[in-house]
Amino acid sequence: MPKVTMRVNGRQVSGEVEGRTLLVQFLREGLEMTGTHVGCDTSQCGACVVHVNGAAMKSCTTFALDLEGAEVKTIEGMAAADGSLGVIQQAFQDHHGLQCGFCTPGMVMSAAALLAENPKPTEAEVRHYLEGNICRCTGYHNIVKAVMAASGQDVSAIAAE
Amino acid sequence: MPKDGIGASTKRREDIRFLTGNGHYTDDINLRGQTYAVFVRSQVAHGKLNKVDTSTAAGMPGVLRVFTGEDFAAVGGVPCGWQVTDKHGKVMLEPKHPVLAQGKVRYVGDAIAVVVAETEAQARDAAEAVVVDIDELPAVIDMKAAVAGGPLVHDEIGSNLCYDWGFVEENKAATDAAFETAAHVTTLELVNNRLVPNAMEPRVAVGDYERSTGQHTLYTTSQNPHVIRLLMGAFVLGIPEQKLRVVAPDVGGGFGSKIFHYVEEAFVTFAAKVVNRPVKWTAQRSESFITDAHGRDHVTKIQLAMDKDGHFLALRTDTYANMGAYLSTFAPSVPTWLHGTLMAGNYKTPLIYVNVKAVFTNTVPVDAYRGAGRPEATYQLERVIDKAARELGIDPIELRRRNFVQPNEFPYQTPVAVVYDTGNYQATMDKLIEIADLAGFDKRRAESAKHGKLRGLGVNCYIEACGIAPSHLVGQLGARAGLYESATVRVNATGGIVVMTGSHSHGQGHETAFPQVIADMIGIPADSVEIVHGDTANTPMGMGTYGSRSLAVGGSAMVKATNKIIAKAKKIAAHLLEASDADIELKDGKFSVAGTDKSVDWGSVCLAAYVPHNYPLESLEPGLEETAFYDPSNFTYPAGAYACEVEVDPDTGKVKICSFAAADDFGNIVNPMIVDGQVHGGIGQGIGQALLESAVYDENGQLLSGSYMDYAMPRADDVPFYTVDHSCQTPCTHNPLGVKGCGEAGAIGSPPAVVNAVVDALQRAGHTSVTHIDMPLSPSRVWAAMQA
Ligand code: FES
Ligand code: FES
Repeated sequence: MPKVTMRVNGRQVSGEVEGRTLLVQFLREGLEMTGTHVGCDTSQCGACVVHVNGAAMKSCTTFALDLEGAEVKTIEGMAAADGSLGVIQQAFQDHHGLQCGFCTPGMVMSAAALLAENPKPTEAEVRHYLEGNICRCTGYHNIVKAVMAASGQDVSAIAAE
Repeated sequence: MPKDGIGASTKRREDIRFLTGNGHYTDDINLRGQTYAVFVRSQVAHGKLNKVDTSTAAGMPGVLRVFTGEDFAAVGGVPCGWQVTDKHGKVMLEPKHPVLAQGKVRYVGDAIAVVVAETEAQARDAAEAVVVDIDELPAVIDMKAAVAGGPLVHDEIGSNLCYDWGFVEENKAATDAAFETAAHVTTLELVNNRLVPNAMEPRVAVGDYERSTGQHTLYTTSQNPHVIRLLMGAFVLGIPEQKLRVVAPDVGGGFGSKIFHYVEEAFVTFAAKVVNRPVKWTAQRSESFITDAHGRDHVTKIQLAMDKDGHFLALRTDTYANMGAYLSTFAPSVPTWLHGTLMAGNYKTPLIYVNVKAVFTNTVPVDAYRGAGRPEATYQLERVIDKAARELGIDPIELRRRNFVQPNEFPYQTPVAVVYDTGNYQATMDKLIEIADLAGFDKRRAESAKHGKLRGLGVNCYIEACGIAPSHLVGQLGARAGLYESATVRVNATGGIVVMTGSHSHGQGHETAFPQVIADMIGIPADSVEIVHGDTANTPMGMGTYGSRSLAVGGSAMVKATNKIIAKAKKIAAHLLEASDADIELKDGKFSVAGTDKSVDWGSVCLAAYVPHNYPLESLEPGLEETAFYDPSNFTYPAGAYACEVEVDPDTGKVKICSFAAADDFGNIVNPMIVDGQVHGGIGQGIGQALLESAVYDENGQLLSGSYMDYAMPRADDVPFYTVDHSCQTPCTHNPLGVKGCGEAGAIGSPPAVVNAVVDALQRAGHTSVTHIDMPLSPSRVWAAMQA
């Protein structure tokens, strides 16, 4: 089997993969990093979003073998070294932006990609950007609020906690 | 009083693991020596199963074994947990639901065979090589055709009519008579669209077997592991409880769809013993669409009789309710006891008669989905009231107010069996008018008109029966289980507490909210309390989480157990303080002797319980651990009023939700932040049902909306920020916390608000012939209505 080497959350990793092995399989099964989730088989739910070379990407539709030498970041790499939550993660907790937590890794990774390219998004921009991430629990209210709060905007006028 | 007790919006402790990728979901479990199961499923909706040829598949690389229906001929079918008796006193028809199909396939997705292999890819490849010989039979999809002589889904029961239920049968003649003489009758025919629950975590099951001890373990995505153990152990596989452990770890959403016992759970448990290795099955999303129990799917005619002033005199309904191809665990109860009993709504309607025909069709089984029966009741009632208001020329809010059960009329006996303990429907309506700024609607409508958009306002009320349920009552109604809940409260020697609950959290935040209650009762910080749930080996027998029951029933069990702890702790404190038990008071984590300055703190009492050197051993056992079971004496009745404003694009029919406001009465609230989140999520799902979602079958029984490309899930830009309020509180009178439950309200109350708003928009724009549009209100349906 061919071998692939990449950096995941700053750590060099390598493993044998089949040609058909998806990045999400490599992460979950090969590296036993189960924070990245699979919620669909048509590339539409966003539970699997990670960053590849700084850009948000659906790891369920990316072959591991294509990522030789790539820089991959997953939800496991979003907290600070001492384990404390990063700004976006903290905003999700503060504003109750998650319930069952299954969509959450993908949401956080998408939100991080959004804020990297648009540091002060409007409500409409957040909603539009997160179109590729489905959440069944929250009705999106607190997710949108959390992302706006993470960008440093005052969300106190938005109803409810 | 601890700062993180009852009423505090304490941030959720479980979030830390979910936000850092450390959640522990069933698919994250990989056991040593694990094998993989892939199902071969029927691609036709109805057919005679002649032969399943597994010979090629069995010889393929990595394949350990291929299972077919023959392997399961000797074990039981997947049982149904509720037996409904029809209006003639006849019990419902209850065909067997085999683990793997035997003789016939009955829906697209029906399980025919399973390959177990070393890797998932090998299992999938081999599953492709299983040759299935089926004689396709005509499928029956439409419910009315199914009962009018359509092809039989189950030949052996001789009918597609599962039951024909009348409720309350004794009211029928009087109800019909009231219609004869009423000044006005409003009639509405509508469809409550079939939905796919779509928890974001697909279902997963991992079976494990230890040959040396005969011990089975099932890890599964379940809302109620004890229920699965009971149903699967006793009825399907014949495994005694002590030899079967069921674990439901972190579960990624349920919404009802993970209540039920599914064949895949029985399969992996059975197969793990046969192959003597762990067996894992993970649903692909396309598999979830055709195997998770669907929701709703009612076709209803409702009629409301009124006097000339709009006072409700009588209500009658005729509903066809789809059961799908087999009876799922709680399916028969949904259109009957969770639907008929709610038809009084928030109103004083003296006579009500509900008829429900439950029908087998060649479709995925249908069962409880967020709200379960209560959204169907609310939708038809609140739609017919809106239509009646228009016909009578009475403001829809005024018509509702005129018929409300008044605040001084509780407890209120409805004509449909249930007794509402408490409520104040005027108050939630007043609150709604305020928070939704209904006074400003005309101005906003004029503003929309400037942009060429048609604005409409929809208002409705809802009531639901939660805190499911009094066991003696549901036993009479056909439930084959009790619906109590349990808790064990274990106090450790140094004063920390572990609560083992039969409730299960799959997003509801029990790990945070339950400790708040104990913190409040004892006066210790909430973070000294941990919650254990989801494992039959570690929790007392409990019925799990659904029907907005966790806090009302599970929380009550926890309060009961904690009260026992406090009573015993007081005895220990009395001994230590050399006082009488009756004089001991507990406040802020300290036991004191009334009227003195003598006290001992919580930690010292706990330590004494486990290091009983100075302890009344002759009259009191050491240790501090208590279990309680709580069986509610009534349902709880959350209620409220919702308002939705929409803009309709007259050129395309596209509906935009401009605002959504919810005024709910949930009784007392433990964690307002979590309650708000529950309401948001329910509203999101309700808007999804009203505008976007629909499980559509073609006439051959193929599910046309079987992926996220065809099934329109609500996404972030389909919904607005919501305005929610739960300051109107009439505490439940019969549970110790005074709580009612909040998990389903949003999904129950929101669809009629959206539809009422769209109809209002079209009416105001002069489309006066448009009195109803069936959900989902897609652009094409709304546009077509405008052209009529
Ligand atoms: S798993 Fe759904 S988009 Fe990747
Ligand atoms: S938190 Fe459950 S799907 Fe988003």
